[in-house]
Amino acid sequence: MYTFSSKLKTFSFVLIALGVLGVGYSFFTAPKTIEDVEKILAAEEAHGHGDHGDAHHEAANPHGEDAHGHHADKHDIHKEVSTSHTGRGDGHQAAGHDAHAEHDEHHEHLEHVLHQLQNKPWSALYVGALFFMLISLGALAFYAIQNAAQAGWSPVLFRVMEGISSYLLPGAIIVFLILVAGVMDWHHIFIWMDESVVANDHLLQGKAGYLNGPFFLIRAAIFMGGWILYRQYARKNSLKQDEATDNLYYKKNFKASAAFLVFFIVTESIMSWDWIMSVDPHWFSTLFGWYVFASFFVSGITVIALITLYLKSKGYLEYVNTSHIHDLAKFMFGISIFWTYLWFSQFMLIWYANIPEEVTYFITRIEDYNLPFFGMVAMNFLFPVLILINTDFKRLSWIIVMAGIVILCGHYIDFFNMIMPATVGDRWYIGMAEIGSVLLFLGLFILVVFTALTKAPLLAKRNPLIEESKHFHY
Amino acid sequence: MSSHYEAPIRKPLIIGDKNYHDVTVDVARPVEGRANKQWWIAFSIALAAFLWGIGCVAYTVGTGIGTWGSNKTIGWAWDITNFVWWVGIGHAGTLISAVLLLFRQKWRMAINRSAEAMTIFSVIQAAMFPVFHMGRPWLAYWVMPIPNQFGSLWVNFNSPLLWDVFAISTYLSVSLVFWWTGLLPDFAMLRDRAITPFTKRVYSTLSFGWSGRAKDWQRFEEVSLVLAGLATPLVLSVHTIVSFDFATSVIPGWHTTILPPYFVAGAIFSGFAMVNTLLIIMRKVSNLEAYITIQHIELMNIVIMITGSIVGIAYITELFIAWYSGVEYEQYAFLNRATGPYWWSYLLMMTCNVVSPQVMWFKKIRTSIIASFIISLVVNIGMWFERFVIIVTSLHRDYLPSSWTMFQPTFIDAGFFIGTIGFFFVLFLLYSRSFPVIAQAEVKSIMKSSSETHKRIRDGIAHDTHSHPENH
Repeated sequence: MYTFSSKLKTFSFVLIALGVLGVGYSFFTAPKTIEDVEKILAAEEAHGHGDHGDAHHEAANPHGEDAHGHHADKHDIHKEVSTSHTGRGDGHQAAGHDAHAEHDEHHEHLEHVLHQLQNKPWSALYVGALFFMLISLGALAFYAIQNAAQAGWSPVLFRVMEGISSYLLPGAIIVFLILVAGVMDWHHIFIWMDESVVANDHLLQGKAGYLNGPFFLIRAAIFMGGWILYRQYARKNSLKQDEATDNLYYKKNFKASAAFLVFFIVTESIMSWDWIMSVDPHWFSTLFGWYVFASFFVSGITVIALITLYLKSKGYLEYVNTSHIHDLAKFMFGISIFWTYLWFSQFMLIWYANIPEEVTYFITRIEDYNLPFFGMVAMNFLFPVLILINTDFKRLSWIIVMAGIVILCGHYIDFFNMIMPATVGDRWYIGMAEIGSVLLFLGLFILVVFTALTKAPLLAKRNPLIEESKHFHY
Repeated sequence: MSSHYEAPIRKPLIIGDKNYHDVTVDVARPVEGRANKQWWIAFSIALAAFLWGIGCVAYTVGTGIGTWGSNKTIGWAWDITNFVWWVGIGHAGTLISAVLLLFRQKWRMAINRSAEAMTIFSVIQAAMFPVFHMGRPWLAYWVMPIPNQFGSLWVNFNSPLLWDVFAISTYLSVSLVFWWTGLLPDFAMLRDRAITPFTKRVYSTLSFGWSGRAKDWQRFEEVSLVLAGLATPLVLSVHTIVSFDFATSVIPGWHTTILPPYFVAGAIFSGFAMVNTLLIIMRKVSNLEAYITIQHIELMNIVIMITGSIVGIAYITELFIAWYSGVEYEQYAFLNRATGPYWWSYLLMMTCNVVSPQVMWFKKIRTSIIASFIISLVVNIGMWFERFVIIVTSLHRDYLPSSWTMFQPTFIDAGFFIGTIGFFFVLFLLYSRSFPVIAQAEVKSIMKSSSETHKRIRDGIAHDTHSHPENH
C-alpha cells in the first residue's frame, strides 16, 4: 500500500494556499469601474508607450509587436465579424469607427478594456481548472483504451491511472461551477451568454438553439456525469477483480471501457465545442474537437509517466521496469506528433484558404499571442520529438521528467491560447492570476490523486493480463 | 521483444497441430503447385477488364478528356473519386504492417504480407488517375522540379496536387522497400525449396542472397522497426495530402478542417474492408485457415467498426458545424447532399459507412465469415460513394446558382475504373501464385507464444506447478 508522504501532502497544501492567494489577489485587484481602467491606462502611458491616440493596443501589448497598420485592419475585421474579443460593448462596432467623436470612442474603448481586465482572473481560473480536469480525463481515456485493447504491458500501471482519474470528480465539479457562474452572469468568458450581445448579433441569434444557458449546462452535466460514472464503475470493478475467483469483473470492465470510449468520442467533441470553441462564438472548425483531444490526451499520458516515475523512485511499483517507461515515453512522443499534425492541419487549412470568417481566429493569435502561439509548437513538438526519438533516452527518468514538464507547460499554453484571446484579447500576460490558478489546481490535483493512490494496493492483483505485464520486457 | 509468456485469456493465432515445417509447407504450397481452373478463370476475367481499361484510357488520351462525363462545373468526378478510393484502400496495408507492428499486434503477422501487396497494387491503380485525368498527360513530367531549358521553369510548391505527386511517389517507394525487405527471408525459403533450376534462379535473385545469420536478423528487425516508424507518419500524411486537394479550397463542403484525419480514418476503414474481402477468399482457396483464423477476421472487423464509428463522428461533426457556422453556402451544401438530386448517393454512403459497421458490435456477426464478407463489400461501396459525394455534390451546386449542373458519367469513365479493378486483380492473382502470401518467418516467431499446440503444452506445465514460466 502506498502512504501519502507528509512532505508531499504539505507541499500540496502550500500550493493550494499560494494558489488561493494568487487567484484571490487577482480577483481583488481587477478593475471594478471605468475610472479604474482610466488609471491603469494612464499609468501605462506614463511608462512611455506612445501617445494616447493610438495607444489602445500598443500600450496594452507588452511585446510591442502590434504594428499600427494592423490596428486598422483589425478593427475592420471586428466590424465585419465581431468575435467576443470586443467584449460586451457591442456598440463598439455599431458606432462606426471613424465617424464618431473621439470622446465616445474613448469611452467605448475603456469599457472594452474593463471587460477584458475583468475577464482576466476568471479566464485564468477557467484555463487552470479545465486543464487539470482534462488531464484526468485524458488519463481515463488512456485507461479505457488499455482495457479495451487488452494491452499486456500496462496493467501494472492501472492503479496509477485510476489514481489520476480520481481527480475527475472534483475537477469536473469545479469546471461545472465555473460554467454555472457564466450562465449566472458572474463572468463574461462566454460572450454568447450575454443577452444584450445576442440581441445585436444575428449570427449568435442563429446559434441560440444550441448556445443557450440551460441546454449548455444540461449537456455539461450529462458529459461529466457519464465520464465520472465510468470512472467510478471501472475503479470499483478493478478493486473487486483483486478479490475475485473468476474474470467476471475484468469482463465487465472490458465492456464498460468499450462503451465509455464510444460515449467519450461523442461527448469529447461536443465538450470542446461547448467549453472552448464557443468562447469565440463566431468561429468554427470541424477539426477542433479532435485537436483538443490530442492536447489533453498527451498531457494525461505524460502525467501517468511522471507519477509512475515518482512512485517508482519511492520504491512503490515493484514490477514497473524501464520497458514500461519506454512504452509511456513512446506514447508521449507519438501523441505529441499527432497533436502537431492536427494543429498544423487546422492552422494550415485556414491559413491557406484565408476565408475571413475563419482566419480572424489565427490573426488575433499571431498578432497578439505570437510568442505563446508559436512557442507552444516548439514545446509540444520540437522539443519532445527531438529528445524522445532516442530509444536509450526513453528509458532515462530525468529525460522523461524533463520532456514531460515541457509537454505539460506547452499544453497549458495551448489551452491558454484557445481561451485567452477571446476573453482578454491583447490584455494578456502570465501573472498572479495564471500562476495562482495553476498552483491552486496543481496542489488540489496532487492532494486528490495521491490520496486516491493510498486507498488500494498499487498492483492490480488478479487482472488476467497482469502476469504478462509483470514480465513485460521490450 | 516481449517475452514468450502469454496470458491464458489470449486465443491461439495458429490453430491446428502445426510445427515450423508445416508453416513452410503450407505457405509454399500455392507457389509450388500449379494453378487450377478457377484461378485461370478469375485471371482471364481480370485480364479482360484490364485490357478493356487500357482501351478506354487509350481512347481518352487519343480523343480528349471530353470523352468523360465531367463538365465545366464538375471538373473532377470519377477520376478523382477513384484515385482517392484506391489510395484509401492502399492504406490498410501500411497500417497492418507498420502501425500494428508498432503496437506489437501479433495477429498482424498472418495478414501483413497480403495487406502490403494490396497497398502496392492499389497505389499503382491510384497513380494512374492523376496522370490520365490530365488534359495533356504527355506533359506530366512537368510536375517534377527538373532543371530545364525554359530558363529553369519550376513548379509551384503551393499546390496540394503537387504535394500529391510527392506523397504518392514516396508512399509507393517506401511501401515497396518495406514489403520487399520483409520478403527476403521468405524468398530465401522458396529458393531453398526450389526443385527446378528456373525457380531456383528466380528466387535466388529475388532473395538477394539472404542467409539468415544472427547479425542479419538483428538488422532486419531494426530496419523493420525504423521503416514502420517512418511508414506510420507517411500513411497519415499521404491521405492527409490527398484530403488537402479538397480542404485547401474554398468550396463549401470541401473546405473543412476535419478532412485530414477523417480521410485517414476513412482510408483505414475502406482498406481494412478490402483486406477482409481478399483474405476471406484467400484463406479458403489457398488453404490457410490455420493462420488466417476467425480471430483475425474478427479483429479486422473490430478495426472496421472503430474506424467506421470515427468516420460517423466526422459526418455528424460536419453536419453540426455546417449548421453552427451560420454560413448559408455551407448549410446548403449539406442540405443538398441529403435532399438534392444526389440524395441517393448520400443515403448509400451513410448506410454503408455509418450503419453497416455498427452491426459488428454483435459477436455473432463479426465472427461470421459470410457476414464479414458481405459487410466488407458494402463498406467499399460506401467508401466509393463517400468520395463521390464529397467531390460531385460539392461541385455541382456551389456559390453561383447559374453554374449549377449535374454529372453523368460516360462508359469511358466506368471503363477506366473497371480497368483498374481488372489490373489490380491481375497483379493480386499473379502475386498469390508466385509470392509467399504469409510472412512465414514472422509467423514462426510467434509459434512458441501463440500457437494452439504450444499453448496446450504450456498450460499442461502451468497446471502442475501453478507457476508462470518466464521464458524470454
